[in-house]
Amino acid sequence: MTRQPVPPAVKLSLCFIAFFVLIALFGQALSPHEFRDTSLIDRLKPPAFLGGPEQYMLGTDAKGRDLLVRLAVGARITLVVAIVGTLIGAVLGSLLGILAAARRGVAETVIVAAIDVQASLPIIVVALFVLAMFDNSFTLFLLLIGLTGWEVYARLMRGATLSAKEHGYVIAIRALGASPWRIYLRHILPNIVNIALVQFTVNLPLTVLLETALSFLGLGVQPPLTSLGQIMSEGRDRLLTAWWLTVFPGATIFFLALSISLVGDWLRDILDPTLRTEA
Amino acid sequence: MTAFIAFKIFRAVVTLLVTVTLVFVFIRFSGDPAAALAPPDAPQEIIDQYAKAMGLDKPLWQQYAGYLGGIFRGDFGYSIHTGKSALTLFAERLPATLRLGGTALLIAILLGIPLGSVAALNRRTLLDRCVMAFSVFAFAMPNFLFGLIMILTGALVFNTYLGGSSGAGSWAGVLPPALTLGLAAMGSFARFARSSLLETINKPFMRAAEARGVPFLRRLVRHAAPNAAIPLVTLIGLSLGGLIAGSVVTEQVFAWPGVGQLLVRSVATRDIATVQFIVLAVAFTMVLANLMVDLLYLVIDPRIRAK
Repeated sequence: MTRQPVPPAVKLSLCFIAFFVLIALFGQALSPHEFRDTSLIDRLKPPAFLGGPEQYMLGTDAKGRDLLVRLAVGARITLVVAIVGTLIGAVLGSLLGILAAARRGVAETVIVAAIDVQASLPIIVVALFVLAMFDNSFTLFLLLIGLTGWEVYARLMRGATLSAKEHGYVIAIRALGASPWRIYLRHILPNIVNIALVQFTVNLPLTVLLETALSFLGLGVQPPLTSLGQIMSEGRDRLLTAWWLTVFPGATIFFLALSISLVGDWLRDILDPTLRTEA
Repeated sequence: MTAFIAFKIFRAVVTLLVTVTLVFVFIRFSGDPAAALAPPDAPQEIIDQYAKAMGLDKPLWQQYAGYLGGIFRGDFGYSIHTGKSALTLFAERLPATLRLGGTALLIAILLGIPLGSVAALNRRTLLDRCVMAFSVFAFAMPNFLFGLIMILTGALVFNTYLGGSSGAGSWAGVLPPALTLGLAAMGSFARFARSSLLETINKPFMRAAEARGVPFLRRLVRHAAPNAAIPLVTLIGLSLGGLIAGSVVTEQVFAWPGVGQLLVRSVATRDIATVQFIVLAVAFTMVLANLMVDLLYLVIDPRIRAK
């Protein structure tokens, strides 16, 4: 396999992701303020580079809270929700898919029916339905985000396992007397895990967008915690007078989703040449 | 073929039945439905009265049978806030959502597919790269951000407010939210139209047609397009879920008086009957759409019919 040079767009995306993670981890140190500190005198100050006070690099919101620190904390929450949520969906869906293919029978029927049901309901509608009945908590929200796309993993992994079972190498290992656990964990899983990895990179930006959308609607991450979507929805009423409250978090979400999907496309080409997009 | 259709319909019915049952189970086990439906400050007698009226004193299977019966009779319960039936509330909002979603889908199809086709025919040119960049942009752009940019542009450049129920009446008013809603679908249509057409024009039958001297335009319209369009039908069917999900957010941003706005409002006020009805309606729409895509395949792809 010849090594292709990394395209410049992917390099830029990787840089942005690294920058985002750094801000999420250490951004709080850039400002003397806490993300919940309010200051009635310093309400709606423009960013420092536009003539606002020196101490607020990116300005303040309607409660006089430092936008930079809020963005850093919001970025951290968004990052945690995106990664943990996507992982839950990936692991859950893949396990169910492999289980369906391995056990057949009733288990498969039930899992396939569950896939059909999930496929007939957009995850945001499911999330809203559950949030209507249960008190919103961060754990519940994380679990709901985790449901994103599990049915896609299940469907993909079921298909892959079914076809792997018919391959010569599996038949040979089975004939050698390997236990089912050994066959699935040591032989089939390493051969099909790429499919789940590719799907993971497709799902990650979708999870970011879902989390920010729900938080934007006021139904996701709840105060006192904050997330990029929540900051945007707070700034929405002051679009004309305090644009920085919407533009900075909005641009961050956009560039994050953009970078992840560009890197994802690139990874997909490397991991799975059969899926290579014609370019 | 009859067996194929019968199987598809059976599967759709089972999916709907499971969804309906899950909704029942969720509502029944999320806590006391009577307390949830009654206003938060209702005294215990009122809650008991609600429970009796809802038949919560009966055994579970009877409740389930009653719930299913209610659905078949079109009785979906009443909104606690307006006192109207969930069905009426939904029906009031549906036209606005249909106009928004329909326009969005139309925009996505009419712009996305030609864009992708043009990119495929001009492969590896600047135009192709621009279309691909656009499709990535459309995928990554959160619709609430794009909507806010639209509103901001409208306010600063054209001095008008692009949201609100005033816009829901006119045809020009539907364009900004519809463009916001259709953007993601447009990007994915462009991307898939491009790859589908690319795959088709490299098939042997296309070369054979070229060798026979069939003119370019005829090759494109009569030979390539019908074949390339087949996977797009599935994609358009699948995009419905994204459109429904997107309309929830878009309607909120543009204050569009549709079902999505009703859903968000009902969730915020815990109006379970309305939320339940909307969830069932969404599931019904999606299952029906998937079924129609499957059946449409029989019409447009003779190869499946032959099996």
